[in-house]
Amino acid sequence: MKTPVMVASGTFGYGPEYAELVDLNKLGAIVVKGIALHPTKGNETPRTVEVASGLINAIGLPNPGVDGFVEQYMPFLRQYDVPVIVNIWGKTVEEYVEVARRFDHVDGVHALEVNVSCPNIKEGSALFGTDLDMFRRVVDGVRGATQLTVIPKLAPNVSDIKVFARAAEDAGADGISLINSVPAMAVDVKTRKPRLANVTGGLTGPGIHSVAVRLVWEAAGVVNIPVVGIGGITKAEDALEFLMVGASAVAVGTASFTHPATALEVTDGIAEYLDRHGLSSVGELVGTVLL
Amino acid sequence: MQCETVKVVHQDEVQGGYRLLWLDAPGIAPHVRPGQFVHVLVPHMEEALLRRPFSVYKADGPVLQILYKGVGKGTRTMTYLRPGDQLSLIGPLGNGYPGLSTGRYPILVAGGYGMAALYLLARALPVQGVAFFGGQSASDILCVDEFEALGWEVRISTEDGTRGERGIITGVIDAWWTARDADAEPVEAYACGPNGMLHAVARRAMERDWRAWVSVDRNMGCGVGACLTCVLKVRSEEGGWAWKRSCKEGPVFECREICWEMEEAG
Repeated sequence: MKTPVMVASGTFGYGPEYAELVDLNKLGAIVVKGIALHPTKGNETPRTVEVASGLINAIGLPNPGVDGFVEQYMPFLRQYDVPVIVNIWGKTVEEYVEVARRFDHVDGVHALEVNVSCPNIKEGSALFGTDLDMFRRVVDGVRGATQLTVIPKLAPNVSDIKVFARAAEDAGADGISLINSVPAMAVDVKTRKPRLANVTGGLTGPGIHSVAVRLVWEAAGVVNIPVVGIGGITKAEDALEFLMVGASAVAVGTASFTHPATALEVTDGIAEYLDRHGLSSVGELVGTVLL
Repeated sequence: MQCETVKVVHQDEVQGGYRLLWLDAPGIAPHVRPGQFVHVLVPHMEEALLRRPFSVYKADGPVLQILYKGVGKGTRTMTYLRPGDQLSLIGPLGNGYPGLSTGRYPILVAGGYGMAALYLLARALPVQGVAFFGGQSASDILCVDEFEALGWEVRISTEDGTRGERGIITGVIDAWWTARDADAEPVEAYACGPNGMLHAVARRAMERDWRAWVSVDRNMGCGVGACLTCVLKVRSEEGGWAWKRSCKEGPVFECREICWEMEEAG
């Protein structure tokens, strides 16, 4: 990767949406919106609601399916010199495995991020992120189905993130990313109705950043595989925090909606920090928080 | 489409809380087509994350104008913008209104600041027809002189009767339609306003064989098609429905595309 700063799944579409505004070649990687075996329409509207320091979303992972994605978006993405990480999800372990198997030989796909933790999918997907046995089965299944780099994305709403981080490593994951959105809810007090059609959703944005830093710190402390820090990054300092607590890469999420070029600005900010402190690589920062 | 840091040239109140904001946006303004919008990052509003979408009222050279009303926390914050202040703008966004089909007679239908969103179209159309403007009260009727200066006949209604006919604008449209020669040219309608008004126009369009382009107003997130917040249900070729993004495939749709029955249910 040219930079440790990627764009997070679900916040950057499949790439073309931002290509006019952001030089995609300057991103560390593009993590595309979650792909399932078959096309999915997603949730009813309203799908998002802005709250203090954050955004709650319940989009419901609409996607064109593996074949639709490969046909509609991979030719576009192959034109760029940027790693493509496909976020994958399924309703059953078998679906995860099948999606992973199908991507194994798709030219231009560099890694799979295993979405076990989107809170907006019923029929079980949220369980994959919070039930340790289910989590192991999914990661193990995906690992066995692909030669690609496998990165499970951990849910924040577990009692001990370290257990899930270790389980991912034990199952053969090449890295882990965290956190996914934080389960949340908002009510319109005038109508007494939930502000999302799905009732609950996942909170993202600056409001979850400190929660994510703590979880990344805990997870990074117990594994030897690389950790991707995600959650509420809006500026370089936020990314530096993740690096210092042990992440070796980061992904910018919701901030791209507001400032499409956030990931590039974070990259520049990290480079300036390294310069200012006489450091030659990001690696020299990883895990250097002083306790 | 580009992301540009633009400068506030001027801002003043037009009437009844409606405000006009002039922005020096040399990268965006010259490229705006009728019905397109810009996505504004409201400065000094750190607790809010997202940009706010605004239709472009006028675009002349490097300057574009937005007509808005301070009703939410974003727009209320915007009322404090002063000349020289800078803000970030993404645009132009959305598909905009198509031109007039040959042999059709144009009508415009607008409610509130929907009138502003139709100005560039009114200026661009080769034929001037009738503009129907509706509002709650006289202070909600905007830009009438501007449309008349372009050659449009403006017909007005207000719910409280303080300007034009008392009632909602569909009553005025129906009276106009009834009085019209049966063999006059077929109508092409362009509408912008509250969703109930758009649906009322759509029903008439389908009954009377008008073509009708409506600009839908949806909560919007990214504005560029990535977040999938602003979707609405449109009829698909296979006979079912599909989500379309109002920021990308819209905000203007031909009224027959929209699954109104599902919108109402939702």
